[in-house]
Amino acid sequence: MRPAAGWELQNMLLPMIDRQMSVEIVGSGSKRAIGRPFQAAAQLTTAAMQGIWLYEPTELVMSAQAGTPLAQVEATLASNGQMLSFEPIDLGPTTGGPRGTQTIGSIFASNSSGSRRITAGAARDNLLGIEAVNGRAELFHAGGRVMKNVTGVDLCRGLAGSWGTLAVLTAVTFKVLPWPEAAATLVYFGLPDDIGTEVMCAAMRLPYEVSGAVHLSQALARRLEHEGLRRQGRSITALRIENFRSSIGYRSEALKDALKVYGDPAVLDTTDSLSFWGELRHLSVMPYNRDTCLWRISTAPTAGPKVVAAIKRHMPAEAYYDWSGGLIWVEVPASADAGASDIRRAVAVNGGHATLIRAEPEVRASVEVFQPQAPAVEKLMRGLKDAFDPYRVLNPGRMYASF
Amino acid sequence: MTHLQMPTPDASVLGRSQQIIKDLTALAGAEAVIADEEGRRTFETDGLTAYRCMPLAVVLPTTTEEVSRILKYCHREGIKVVARGAGTSLCGGALPVEDAVVVGVSRMNRVLEIDYDNRFIRVETGITNLGISGAVSAEGFFYAPDPSSQLACTLAGNLGMNSGGAHCLKYGVTTNNVLGLKVVLMDGEVIELGGGHLDAEGYDLMGLMIGSEGQFGIVTEATVRILKAAEGARPMLMGFGSSEAAGACVAGIIGAGIVPVAMEFMDKPAIEVCEAFAKAGYPLDVEALLIIEVEGSDDEISEMLGRIQAIAEPFGPTSILISQSAEQSAKIWKGRKSAFGAIGRISDYYCMDGTIPLSRLPDVLRRIGEICEGHGLKVANIFHAGDGNLHPLILYDANDPSSSERAELAGADILRLCVEVGGCLTGEHGVGVEKRDLMNDQFSATDLTVQIRVKTVFDPKWLLNPGKVFPLNDTQQAKDVA
Ligand SMILES: Cc1cc2nc3c(=O)[nH]c(=O)nc-3n(C[C@H](O)[C@H](O)[C@H](O)COP(=O)(O)OP(=O)(O)OC[C@H]3O[C@@H](n4cnc5c(N)ncnc54)[C@H](O)[C@@H]3O)c2cc1C
Ligand SMILES: Cc1cc2nc3c(=O)[nH]c(=O)nc-3n(C[C@H](O)[C@H](O)[C@H](O)COP(=O)(O)OP(=O)(O)OC[C@H]3O[C@@H](n4cnc5c(N)ncnc54)[C@H](O)[C@@H]3O)c2cc1C
Repeated sequence: MRPAAGWELQNMLLPMIDRQMSVEIVGSGSKRAIGRPFQAAAQLTTAAMQGIWLYEPTELVMSAQAGTPLAQVEATLASNGQMLSFEPIDLGPTTGGPRGTQTIGSIFASNSSGSRRITAGAARDNLLGIEAVNGRAELFHAGGRVMKNVTGVDLCRGLAGSWGTLAVLTAVTFKVLPWPEAAATLVYFGLPDDIGTEVMCAAMRLPYEVSGAVHLSQALARRLEHEGLRRQGRSITALRIENFRSSIGYRSEALKDALKVYGDPAVLDTTDSLSFWGELRHLSVMPYNRDTCLWRISTAPTAGPKVVAAIKRHMPAEAYYDWSGGLIWVEVPASADAGASDIRRAVAVNGGHATLIRAEPEVRASVEVFQPQAPAVEKLMRGLKDAFDPYRVLNPGRMYASF
Repeated sequence: MTHLQMPTPDASVLGRSQQIIKDLTALAGAEAVIADEEGRRTFETDGLTAYRCMPLAVVLPTTTEEVSRILKYCHREGIKVVARGAGTSLCGGALPVEDAVVVGVSRMNRVLEIDYDNRFIRVETGITNLGISGAVSAEGFFYAPDPSSQLACTLAGNLGMNSGGAHCLKYGVTTNNVLGLKVVLMDGEVIELGGGHLDAEGYDLMGLMIGSEGQFGIVTEATVRILKAAEGARPMLMGFGSSEAAGACVAGIIGAGIVPVAMEFMDKPAIEVCEAFAKAGYPLDVEALLIIEVEGSDDEISEMLGRIQAIAEPFGPTSILISQSAEQSAKIWKGRKSAFGAIGRISDYYCMDGTIPLSRLPDVLRRIGEICEGHGLKVANIFHAGDGNLHPLILYDANDPSSSERAELAGADILRLCVEVGGCLTGEHGVGVEKRDLMNDQFSATDLTVQIRVKTVFDPKWLLNPGKVFPLNDTQQAKDVA
């Protein structure tokens, strides 16, 4: 099914609802291998719903049909010196899907945010308005095109990150920001995970608006596309600052000075920074590999190294820390349960949650892909599913087996 | 103001009021329960004082467990509950109803944990907004959302309304700065959402809870993000001969890739009143004033202000004043942040809170002037220019019923205008009872139904904060279905 408009989508869903047949919702399909595998009678793509229909650079707002390619959105913004500040990541390549095909709707449906999230908020924080069709084939709107809006229930937040299980987003309106004039990246080499995290947290405690803080283990740093960094052959801890040109020099010096006990970092200039942070956006250091599974762990930054150390007591693991250590991509050897029980225990002890991003379908079918919830919370989530999609038409079982 | 229709009180609950007060006392202790006339009177209204209603009783618990016991009891007994923070809501969000128990969290105001490395603070929600920043300011940190009422209002109310403030252009509103919540649901169940980590798992229940105006549950604890304050901050004032020029200047600044931490707009009537109050040095011979604040080191601030002045040049500012001291900066902000109070000293006012696309500002201001003139009233306008949030303050005489009624009619016309030009009914104050009946102007019947279903998931019996947010007919229908 390839509806070109919301009303068409409604008409296509109606017979599916009548026959209680489920539908797999995709944009370009780059994230199809994420989530629990489920059987669907049909596939529905937003790919024919394309177009940017509102862009007001001076109001920092854009509206686009859900199937509009992200690349088109970002190119249009770039031609006006603007960007999606939360720098969405592309999980396509790491999960064996295509690269660079994502649609703008899927970015918000999966609440996909990259490194700048620590200062610019997540995708969900930048979503201003939606048009969507729920599993009852009702077309509805929420939010709007203005930056501040508390009118009624905040369905923009409610639907962000719901992976197409509550409604199909047909159009999204979101906040955009100017590209910073310049950037610099301080890179510390050879620090172990715990010290790398310490550096990142120390940097975030300073007033220099560090807009990216990542740490890569030695093995992962050796996979970088960036030749200069790869050739160092050591773990790297990178801090990004962005601002107008004259401020960058001042801030890098100030940061260096405040962090001097950790050594003398290499400094990447604006162009070099763009390419380094650019490759992280498609998880270049975690390429698709059937012999390994990939987990995404969210925890408090200082707990990050502890979680990883606890996992390593049970299995080999490589970790890429983003968000100052609060987001960890962990690669472990493929196994029947992808290490789920040990990994979830490590997370439970330290706080946070874990999502299985890459594993063979049989594995994703047998373990909880998304973090299991406390019964009272699960009851609310099931209630939401009932409210939006009572006939279980939209991506049933993609997030949680029972709904 | 005109008579406000509220859901019919439940006679069986009113009839049992003495027993209910006894039960509440047994559950929460005598110190926590306020049942006498005088005591309840304190809670009969909120920041929208035109509407008043005495609640059945007020409970001020001190622990989450007490809140849980009270809600479980009220749920079983079919008693309505109105959550309350400091009662500064400007939309009647905390207005009691006759057959409801008010549950106020003001005594739950402890700081539970401060973690600078992970940049969060965990608090009980009765803490004031400013109290959060106060707890971390010694380390140079602050909590970003800064409603003008921050001295008095609680985090609980901020969460209820998803409150904003002058500095939200850069730092986001409440929902962008919350990491975790502890919530008591209407049936007494206590749930935890999120925590010290960055993004919560599963559906974004926290996002739904924030801004739910006390209709989804009572939030007793929260983990919020704290930020390191910039090295310095400095506001500048720019006066313009017309609101067109001021609006175009704001667009010019953003268009040039500069997003200052705050950009505030005032029209002539607002400038005059605020200057008389704060003696901040606002120019009096201009039609529109911008307060623009930038942050950073001294050099960064100078560079930024220099660029802004250059951008402003073509729009012909008639006066420019850059703050030269911390004292002057404080005065400049005092004038803006106490604008409501300052206007309150000269007249009764009715504060509106729509949002509009910036490009429509001159047109909207002209039409607001016409609307108010048409009703024989004066108006002063304050505008968070960067994010389009407009606060027209309609001046009226509360002792004159005709004047009150006209103020209300003008207010509704203004909000409809905001929706008409592509904006919304409320940018930060919430819907409450005030804008409840305008919801159909912004939303289709389906849009509202979808929202109402979500409300029903959290509060199937519709006992929490009744008569707010949704038009009464819709509420009644939803209850009938549930
Ligand atoms: C002079 C003045 C200036 C203001 N300036 C601003 C401003 O700049 N920006 C802005 O956004 N607002 C502003 N406001 C409005 C008001 O201060 C905010 O809405 C504030 O967040 C309300 O906080 P409160 O503690 O007074 O909450 P209350 O008024 O007591 O309650 C507000 C809402 O939250 C709900 N609630 C209360 N406690 C809980 C809880 N524990 N759990 C769940 N729900 C709860 C209530 O039921 C109600 O619906 C201003 C008000 C005044 C009087
Ligand atoms: C416009 C803007 C500008 C800012 N500027 C700065 C700045 O200059 N410097 C600075 O340090 N900070 C800044 N902040 C604040 C900082 O970004 C906030 O702390 C941030 O918005 C909170 O985001 P987070 O990523 O830390 O946590 P968030 O996760 O965004 O916290 C809020 C909630 O997001 C929801 N969520 C996220 N993902 C999911 C998911 N997959 N499923 C369900 N729910 C989810 C959860 O409910 C989560 O807990 C800014 C924020 C905004 C919005």
